[in-house]
Amino acid sequence: MLSRIVREKWFAIASFIVLIIGAWYLFALLMNGNQLVKNYERRNMDWTISSVVAEAYQVKRPMLPAPHQVIDELYNTVFDTRITSKRSLVFHTLITLQSTLLGFLLGTALGILIAVGIVHNRTLEASLMPWVIASQSIPILAIAPMIVVVLGAVGLTGLVPKSIISMYLSFFPVTIGMVKGLRSADRLHMELLHTYSANAHQLFWTLRWFSAQPYLFASLKVGIAAALVGAIVGELPTGAQGGLGARLLSGSYYGQTTQIWSALFMAALLGSVLVWLVSLAEKVLLRRRGLAHE
Amino acid sequence: MLAVESSVTESTQADPGTAKRTMIGVKGLSLVFETNDGPVNALSDINLDIQEGEFVSLIGPSGCGKTTLLRVIADLEQQTDGSITVNGTTPEDARLNRLYGYVFQASALLPWRTIQQNCALPMEISGQSTEHQNKQIDKYLSMVGLNDFHKKYPWQLSGGMQQRASIARALCIEPDLLLMDEPFGALDEITRDHMNVELLKIWEQTQKTVVFVTHSISEAVMLSTRIVVMSPRPGRVVSVIDSPLPKMKHLGLRDTEAFHALSAQIRAALAHEHAID
Repeated sequence: MLSRIVREKWFAIASFIVLIIGAWYLFALLMNGNQLVKNYERRNMDWTISSVVAEAYQVKRPMLPAPHQVIDELYNTVFDTRITSKRSLVFHTLITLQSTLLGFLLGTALGILIAVGIVHNRTLEASLMPWVIASQSIPILAIAPMIVVVLGAVGLTGLVPKSIISMYLSFFPVTIGMVKGLRSADRLHMELLHTYSANAHQLFWTLRWFSAQPYLFASLKVGIAAALVGAIVGELPTGAQGGLGARLLSGSYYGQTTQIWSALFMAALLGSVLVWLVSLAEKVLLRRRGLAHE
Repeated sequence: MLAVESSVTESTQADPGTAKRTMIGVKGLSLVFETNDGPVNALSDINLDIQEGEFVSLIGPSGCGKTTLLRVIADLEQQTDGSITVNGTTPEDARLNRLYGYVFQASALLPWRTIQQNCALPMEISGQSTEHQNKQIDKYLSMVGLNDFHKKYPWQLSGGMQQRASIARALCIEPDLLLMDEPFGALDEITRDHMNVELLKIWEQTQKTVVFVTHSISEAVMLSTRIVVMSPRPGRVVSVIDSPLPKMKHLGLRDTEAFHALSAQIRAALAHEHAID
């Protein structure tokens, strides 16, 4: 019974992947083929369906690279290039990772700080919450260049402005989650501590903080993914020489679609790994604290 | 319509011969909850004196305000009329003086703390030394029969064990006033009997004042020196019965004439009020 379910699950996942790859090859053929046919006709060359199909998957600068081209590019730039080289995708990934992690740490700290303030002070909630929400309705692409310029004026370039942009995106889910989490303490537990005459400080460190942990981790997962997006966006207007964002930008300047796609794949992979790491930390910590059990 | 028969409160008197202090003094106390469906008279004109060292049970059907009265004593609710003193002060001051050990219907253990850490909680808050904490924890965990469970988490214990741990937690601070809100309500009868005996032993050893909320007649008779019978709509005291049984009781007492007579008396008091209702 169980093995059947597992088999079916794997079957479903496998079919889905096959479907996506199939569709991808189909679209690559249609988009690149269309381009090729136009070229042939402009030059009055003869062409057959089979020659178009053969060529569509090997164009140097395709409209849409085929999956194997992207994997080729990924393999070359990850394994066949020295890490210190600017052609290495690992080199660029590490640069982005650096600002992602710094931005994530700053964002988490800021998010928790704001949430603590909001939970303990009604005035702070009324005055701060609208700004917190407004901050997220401004497109990050509009505000990122300003952050870069302003920080550049005071001599901060490189890692810091990128991390600030990353923080700007990642603090929000942490604030929202923690406000909810810090208020999620069980009523019975609150009353128990009331009968002990616990003060606000004790209430926070014995009850609120722990009650908020499951919410915190849910927020951190969203936060670290947002931090990655922030770091990549931050690399676009900085004219950064490195990072996945710079890779995307130079790819689009020079029509290197394969480079763009491989950078996107790397970003997706990096995001998955980061979220997975947060989940892992969640499992270990919550289990140790007896918060997660069957 | 409600007050056709004014609530007859038997005069409460201190044990003759013993000049004990009044621990809790309740005079003309009323509490009205404002709800969307209009005001609810949770407590109406309650008069009650509880002496130091007494074991008083509040008994009555649900909605009679027995838990509410306990919560007023513990400063978890405020009365809308009348007065209450605890140890000569307001409930708030009594709470700030850390007089209370409150045991809820659910164990209310913090799931992220071990049993030991849970028991340490009230002592951490009142700023006791770690040494003193450990001494108290060892003493009271063994008193409730949880000797080897210091490092266990609440979810690793059965419901009865969790409740015992929560009683140990309340006892660790050796409160002058132990307030218990149907602490054994969720337990099976066998465990409950056992817990009743244990609680009596602890009460005898510590000589503290206990106010105990229950809806079980036999539990009230088994434990109490005095039984306060309450009735709903509005929540009021209909009868206060002094127990003729010895302070220390054992399970065998339950088959005696005196036990049955007292049970019958409580049952009659409860039924009488229901007939009016």
